[in-house]
Amino acid sequence: MEHFNMALVDWSRAQFALTALYHWLFVPLTLGTSFIIAIMETIYVKTGKEIWKRITRFWMVLFAINFAIGVATGIILEFEFGTNWSNYSWFVGDIFGAPLAIEGIMAFFMESTFFAVMFFGWDKVSQKFHLTSTWLVAIGSNLSALWILVANAWMQNPVGMHFNPQTARNEMVNFWAILFSPTAVNKFLHTISSAYVLSAIFVIGVSAWFLLKKRNLALAKRSMVVAATFGLIMSVFMVITGDESARQVYNVQPMKFASMEGLYYGENNAPLVAIGFFDRTPSPNNPKAKEWAAKIEIPNLLSYMATFNPHAFVPGIHDLVHGNDAHGIISYYDRIKMGKLAIAALKEFQLAKKAQQDAKAKAALKTFEANYKYFGYGYYNDPHKLIPNVPLTFYSFHTMVGLGFWFVLLFLLTLIYATKDKLLQKRWLLYAALWTIPLAWLAQEAGWMVAEFGRQPWVVQDYMPTLSAVSNIDQTSVIITFFLFAVVFTVLLIAELKIMLNQIKQLKDGGQQ
Amino acid sequence: MAKIIKKVFYFYYDGFRSMTVGKRLWIIILIKLFIIFAIFKLFFFPDFLKTHFKTDQERSNYVIEQLTK
Repeated sequence: MEHFNMALVDWSRAQFALTALYHWLFVPLTLGTSFIIAIMETIYVKTGKEIWKRITRFWMVLFAINFAIGVATGIILEFEFGTNWSNYSWFVGDIFGAPLAIEGIMAFFMESTFFAVMFFGWDKVSQKFHLTSTWLVAIGSNLSALWILVANAWMQNPVGMHFNPQTARNEMVNFWAILFSPTAVNKFLHTISSAYVLSAIFVIGVSAWFLLKKRNLALAKRSMVVAATFGLIMSVFMVITGDESARQVYNVQPMKFASMEGLYYGENNAPLVAIGFFDRTPSPNNPKAKEWAAKIEIPNLLSYMATFNPHAFVPGIHDLVHGNDAHGIISYYDRIKMGKLAIAALKEFQLAKKAQQDAKAKAALKTFEANYKYFGYGYYNDPHKLIPNVPLTFYSFHTMVGLGFWFVLLFLLTLIYATKDKLLQKRWLLYAALWTIPLAWLAQEAGWMVAEFGRQPWVVQDYMPTLSAVSNIDQTSVIITFFLFAVVFTVLLIAELKIMLNQIKQLKDGGQQ
Repeated sequence: MAKIIKKVFYFYYDGFRSMTVGKRLWIIILIKLFIIFAIFKLFFFPDFLKTHFKTDQERSNYVIEQLTK
């Protein structure tokens, strides 16, 4: 580990995190609003009522603002792969190439073609063709997300590939295993459903503001009914897929799972910490530290959540680091030894190939293949460096989950009072809906932090840690671009908020017709 | 054929002409794309392996060296 420039690794990680977190401010709103608009336009086409056309067009403008500001912010992540993360790009190139290429083609043809019809086609193409275009924009946007999330899921659970020791590249051997890995399926479903929930909250929150100001009442009430119904269905789906995602994490990333729950010592009948505040986290210098200042637990729920068995053993961080023979857990100490064997064998294989010593190369390859499963561990000497930031992962996870349940309640209350036509009287609910808008983004970002901080130090689970993934470049340029991005993204965010708020404030009530 | 091309052209032409907030958005998009591709990509984000090495063999040798040192 000593020969790695850790400051460069940290700055590269910080830059990637900044770009991804900012990019993710724009994406979920696009994913969900596109479907809400499509539903609204469908109602317009079915009923023929002009008010639904006005409603659709209003939300379409807000959708366009978000799309315009957010578009291409993700391309910067690809620049960073090539410049800052060249070892990683080379290592995963063949796996990442296919999903990203499909994403590019799909995004271009589906979104770009039908986007124009959606915005310019009112009164120029038939109602049905226009509606089809709106649905295709929604489907196209979401399919773009599919390929990106498949690529991300592969990093969390690398499957369907074979590592070629001659080229140091992973080669795709089973496209379908990558596309339909349980991690990819759950990640996609959970991410898009959470994006739909965010968009529903956005529509409800903006509509609540209209109701508080007693403006655009007909538009606001109708929008709230559509968004609350859509949001409620999607939030139930989000909870189900979130639950399944947790089980996937338990199976393939047990350290992340233990960190999400702050579980230092494994146990049978493991309780779930519903609410908890850390005191001191155990460390090699202080292994017996009291973890919790305060916590509320639900008995057996963690065991049940992970395995469907309320009495099952759930390994904690200590079990993973030190191993647990009774439960067949190989310690990180042993994994490090095997990882070092794999790294040494790869080097030996290369040298033997160059010297044309076939027998030596064959023996090295055998050792390499036997230990490749733990290749990434070999970069470490201290297994405690393989533990993510537990409090950050725990708090992010619990913030996301807690807010998720609040969103379900908000949709339910909104729908109940909307059907009773009592929304105007429930000003507390309208204020709550308005202030939930930023909370929806907070939950999104917290979710990404769980996924990305929780898997540290891995960039590709078990195979490649972040420290071996970075390029050997000048750290100063990474620092400069970090701040440049921070400025550009902040300006874009301010522009989006300003233009959007103007549009919302300018909307004139078109009446009930 | 010419009629279809003319129709498509005017579809976009009229669409762009009648835009209100869209014009401001296009300006933002163009400025953003300029910054991303003409400044960031050109000056700050060269592809490390492509600029330092000519062949895939050289690239893989370099990465293996990095991964095994």
